[in-house]
Amino acid sequence: MTDERNITCIVCPIGCKILVKTDGAQFEIVGGNKCKRGIEYARSEALDPRRMLTTSILVNDGEWPLVSVKSSKPVPEEKLFSVLKEVGGTAVKAPVKSGQTIIKNAANTGIDIVATKTVLTKEVD
Amino acid sequence: MVKPEVIKVIDYTVDVAVIGGGPAGLAAAVSAHEHGAKSVVVIDRNSWLGGILPQCIHDGFGVEETGTSMTGPEYAEMYIEMAEKQGIDIMKETMVLQFDKKREITAVNKKGLHKIKASAIVLAMGCREKTRWNVMISGDRPSGIYTAGVAQAFINLYNIMPGKNVIILGSGDVGLIMARRLKFEGANVLGVVEILPYASGLPRNVVQCLEDYDIPLFLNHTVTCIDGKERLEQVTIAQVDGEMNIISGTEKKIECDTLLLSLGLIPENELANNIGIEIDNITGGPTVNQYLETTLSGVFACGNCLQVYDTVDVLSADAENAGRSAAKNSAIQKKDKKIIAKIVPGKGIRYVVPQIISEPGKVHLTLRVEKPGESSVLHMVAGDKEILKKRLAWVNPANMIGVDVDIPHEVLTSTQNLEVILVDR
Repeated sequence: MTDERNITCIVCPIGCKILVKTDGAQFEIVGGNKCKRGIEYARSEALDPRRMLTTSILVNDGEWPLVSVKSSKPVPEEKLFSVLKEVGGTAVKAPVKSGQTIIKNAANTGIDIVATKTVLTKEVD
Repeated sequence: MVKPEVIKVIDYTVDVAVIGGGPAGLAAAVSAHEHGAKSVVVIDRNSWLGGILPQCIHDGFGVEETGTSMTGPEYAEMYIEMAEKQGIDIMKETMVLQFDKKREITAVNKKGLHKIKASAIVLAMGCREKTRWNVMISGDRPSGIYTAGVAQAFINLYNIMPGKNVIILGSGDVGLIMARRLKFEGANVLGVVEILPYASGLPRNVVQCLEDYDIPLFLNHTVTCIDGKERLEQVTIAQVDGEMNIISGTEKKIECDTLLLSLGLIPENELANNIGIEIDNITGGPTVNQYLETTLSGVFACGNCLQVYDTVDVLSADAENAGRSAAKNSAIQKKDKKIIAKIVPGKGIRYVVPQIISEPGKVHLTLRVEKPGESSVLHMVAGDKEILKKRLAWVNPANMIGVDVDIPHEVLTSTQNLEVILVDR
């Protein structure tokens, strides 16, 4: 394992710099963590970094032009922009209910894109 | 002669009136209803409830409160549903103009002028963002300069991109989150400029909003000049020394069309100010006792107009206290309360809320320290008597500290000042 890198722990607001050795498959803590909770975080961050994705999707005929959305699970980091691209090419028709699935299996990740807000149909005067 | 039009005045009487329908106002209203207030009204000038939350589409809300990480709109809907279920009256698109010492509120909307007599009022007006004029950045006045929250509303609510090549001044959480948001929407984020030697936002946001996308963070730097005829064309950034003076010769010009300002928040208290409610110079919010009652009897304050909070979870918990107090205030005839003791921020402490203790018993304090540190001890002392001693592994001005303290009756009979201090271990 040749690759040494610093991982900033995000478990609490202290933000320890944890030094790890990793080759992408193997993983070893060199030091820097003030508590045990940082170890699991550093491992997942070194071997399989994932992020919750939150963004918005176009709504047609809605009281708002957009509905906010989130990924149903954290998305592998390298897939974020593929998912974003699919989100960008999507539009839904109002009404949209919070919790409603908007995209199933986004960018073949097995992860869904779910509405986080209720957007009603625009009232026509 | 034209007769002046007769203004329609609509009269109400309520137990508790809440001014502001953001997270604090909603939590206070729900709590007031749960604690026995029969008629509760929430007044908000927007067409929606939840205040700033619907535009905060990122997650991380409600973790401490509910154990799950929600997005802003989800957190808001949770409280909106509770308020609706309880039958709390909601007046949207309604602007409160003033209230008087008898707690009669004057508000206006499309239906006319409203006079609302309330047994108790809860102030929950929130806060506003600092602008370029709060920090006096010199130069031209072109378009393309926005506060981070305004840009956030443009992108997340109205589907408008504020610009293409963006510099962000200030590394608070809103600024960091906007850096990532702009990146997601295809903008080029050229960097985040921070005058302090460390980022003001959470490490989580530094990692997940900047480092993930290789967005540079210029620490010990500030924007010194703005250039642009119609639209912003470039900003000048420069390094600062330990006293925050600009180091000449370090200036660097960066071409950009958009500057976002994430400079901090100012509690909004015009209504409180107008009626003479005492405002704490440090917090920018009303001076309150442990029931979050202001210096005007029957008027309570909560949320970001009381003090600017780090998380909505803690804000909601305090707002529940204000709502509960307001409900009790309207239910029982209040006895005259005298100020018994003041809480004084001493060495190492920037401020403490509440500022006044008007009864002995358990009190929840929220406070901020003056500078970052490790291994400190927080004390509360009354004369030579120690009331509280709490060890803290680390402290940071960006992280509000919450602590419970039991203030005994005999302490309040012997002293007027309760001093809170922070000492190194």
